[in-house]
Amino acid sequence: MGFALALIIWAITLATVVLFAGRFWWFPEAISEHGPSIDRQFMLTLTIIGIAFVLAQATLGFFIIRYRRRGEERASYWHESRRLEILWTTVTAVVFLSLAVLGQRVWAKLHLNAPPPGALQVEVTAQQFVWNIRYPGPDGKFGRTRTELINDVDNPVGLDFTDPAARDDIVTVNQMAIPVNRDIHVILRSKDVIHSFWVPPLRMKQDAVPGLAINIHFKAVKTGQFEIACAELCGLSHHRMRGFLSVLPEPEFEAWLRQRASQ
Amino acid sequence: MTQAVATHEAPKSFIRRYIFSTDHKVIGLQYLFLAMAAVTIGIVLSIYMRLRLAWPTERWPLLAKLFPQAMAGGTISPEFYLSLVTMHGTIMVFFVLTTAPLGGFGNYFLPIQVGAHDMAFPVLNMLSFWVTLAGFLVLLAAFFVSGGAPISGWTAYAPLSAVGEIAGPGLGMGQNLWIVSIALFCIASLLGALNFITTTLNLRTKGMSMTRLPLTVWAWFTTAVLALLAFPVLLAGGILLLLDRVAGTSFFVPAGLIVSDKILPHKGGSPLLWQHLFWFFGHPEVYIAILPGMGITSHVLSTFARKPIFGYRAMVAAIFAIGLLGFLVWGHHMFVSGMSPYSAIAFSLLTLSIGVPSAIKTFNWLATLYKAQIRFTVPMLFALGFVSIFVTGGLSGIILGQTSLDIPMHDTYFVVAHFHLIMGVAAIFGIFAGTYYWFPKMFGRMMNDALGKLHFWLTFIGIYAIFIPMHILGIAGHPRRYAETAGFDFLAPLQPIHVFITIAALVTAAAQVLFFFNFFWSIWKGRRAEINPWRATTLEWTIPSPPPHDNFGPQAPVVHHGPYEYSVPGAAEDYILQTAPPTAMKS
Repeated sequence: MGFALALIIWAITLATVVLFAGRFWWFPEAISEHGPSIDRQFMLTLTIIGIAFVLAQATLGFFIIRYRRRGEERASYWHESRRLEILWTTVTAVVFLSLAVLGQRVWAKLHLNAPPPGALQVEVTAQQFVWNIRYPGPDGKFGRTRTELINDVDNPVGLDFTDPAARDDIVTVNQMAIPVNRDIHVILRSKDVIHSFWVPPLRMKQDAVPGLAINIHFKAVKTGQFEIACAELCGLSHHRMRGFLSVLPEPEFEAWLRQRASQ
Repeated sequence: MTQAVATHEAPKSFIRRYIFSTDHKVIGLQYLFLAMAAVTIGIVLSIYMRLRLAWPTERWPLLAKLFPQAMAGGTISPEFYLSLVTMHGTIMVFFVLTTAPLGGFGNYFLPIQVGAHDMAFPVLNMLSFWVTLAGFLVLLAAFFVSGGAPISGWTAYAPLSAVGEIAGPGLGMGQNLWIVSIALFCIASLLGALNFITTTLNLRTKGMSMTRLPLTVWAWFTTAVLALLAFPVLLAGGILLLLDRVAGTSFFVPAGLIVSDKILPHKGGSPLLWQHLFWFFGHPEVYIAILPGMGITSHVLSTFARKPIFGYRAMVAAIFAIGLLGFLVWGHHMFVSGMSPYSAIAFSLLTLSIGVPSAIKTFNWLATLYKAQIRFTVPMLFALGFVSIFVTGGLSGIILGQTSLDIPMHDTYFVVAHFHLIMGVAAIFGIFAGTYYWFPKMFGRMMNDALGKLHFWLTFIGIYAIFIPMHILGIAGHPRRYAETAGFDFLAPLQPIHVFITIAALVTAAAQVLFFFNFFWSIWKGRRAEINPWRATTLEWTIPSPPPHDNFGPQAPVVHHGPYEYSVPGAAEDYILQTAPPTAMKS
């Protein structure tokens, strides 16, 4: 029984290591400036907990075989060892807290710093199963909006056209384009329930909370088309709340924006 | 106290004895049977979910018979999938993971292990069970009301949960019933917690000092303190949520919401307030579920390693540290919620700190096995399985607890895999270990050994087959609570993993039939158990199996030894009962 259990524990450990080390399915390639730092911190952490995982399971299996019952011999009798307790408390505390501190670096860069000046502003307003994207237009200013004016057919964010700043705002549905290699400042809002803006290759996820305007910033460094998924349960079509993010070279982005403006 | 003992006679009528009983043992069994009913339903719901995830468009006419309305047409619709998510989570967290280890084993064995004749407040104890049962029935009723069960998840995030049926099916009456059910559960848990705390502090028998308490008692005691402090917060949150829904208040609903083209009249509420209240309860709840499992594992490991538990005082300190820190980490559920990024850093550091006492426990369990004489009984297999799964599930917390890594991992399957292993499966392994271990005491018969071992092998392997690949889904970015992968190009290639997990889940669920069969068959047909079949040391093993109504009879036990005196050199046997005369240690 002891042998069988130890072998199974070891086999499971091996299979787990193979599954994680083989990367048969893994993160999509990171396309944001901060993405590789998150990936590096992830791999560092995964390596450390991977070692702890293998050591703990291997030891468990080894003890199970080595110390299985043998005849009527008695087990060793002792209660504790202060030295051992202090040793492993200190070691785990140092390792875990170091990881926690290291993990703050990317976080601080993303969330404790204001969006850099000159960042392109994009407002993302989530609603049940749609992403509304708004650009400020040539004047660089978002115009006034009013809840009563919201109309899903032709005014999804409720632009108030009596405000001159609103007249050149560009609004799209589920189509977000951004220029590559430029800081992007996204203002996240929601009209109804909580949603979460999640673009896996960007390594960016942030809840959109009704009543709040949440600011995030990032920079995409690779072009391509990606999907925007909703990561916070928002209702019956949560799993179909899909938007598209196009990361374009600056000239193509400008052309895209002009084309949208003329619509 | 001695007076109370004198009047402690078994009631004569069937109803007072087995239905509205104030006997902690009967109440413990009532909780256990409730948890068994709940876990059966919870597993069935998860099978429906797994089938939907593996084969989203398939029709299941046979399965539709159980939910004729929700599954009209035979398929599992996305909204019904979300109802299943909500109900599975709620049933498992509250009515299984809280009910069985604390309400069940805690009620049955805490008074016996401290040498008491009953709980401090037997009537309160009875009330606590019946309120829990009422909560369970109210929750199940949500399936049968118009609109069906709520689709807002077990976390019921506002405003989705707060604005009523216009936000989605099940968010009308179904959501109201959900809140009422949870409120009842909170009240019941409060009553139970008072009882556990008072009994541990006041009803210990002569010689049962706090440092001679079995680690199970320490775990139940700490769990009860957590319940006492955490459930009132959820209760308050639930009441406010109900008021937002039915009385037009705006605790959680901000101004200017437009749901289904309708402008809502609410003003001034905060959706984040609900999350703070919910997780202030919700995180300690994780420890409410797992601490008793840790206690049982320590207890069972020591028994079958035939060694004193290593580092008893460190174990007690670790239980306390986990309990205390457990109240200071709720914000790690909210890193990407819009909460202040500064508090996220504080919560992250505190969260990784809680890994330290958890690691201490693991080290002490391993040290307990070192130079042991391990008996591979079924409870021991599950306790060893607990250690393995606790390590696996705990380590991924080191990833999730880091603010920056939580950005990609939050609300993905990585989280689902993590908390199922650490709070679901590990706790269930604790429950299984406890069931196989104490069954002879509770029913006076042994469970079948071969069936129990088969149950262990299938469950242990099956659990890993389900939850290890689930981490990979999360790493690939798969959000949780998605009814299918078809909506996104980046999810479609992950579908084979879903199929694999579903097959593993079907096998693992089927293996649980072995347990239920073994359990009920053994109640009637199992081999008769002796008073102390495991040659264990604590007080429950000094009284008949099953114990009489007043546990110890007129004579209260007197304790002379610590709880884990195994393999004492020179002693006559390789175990010394806590009640053995003081000379037993030397002999």
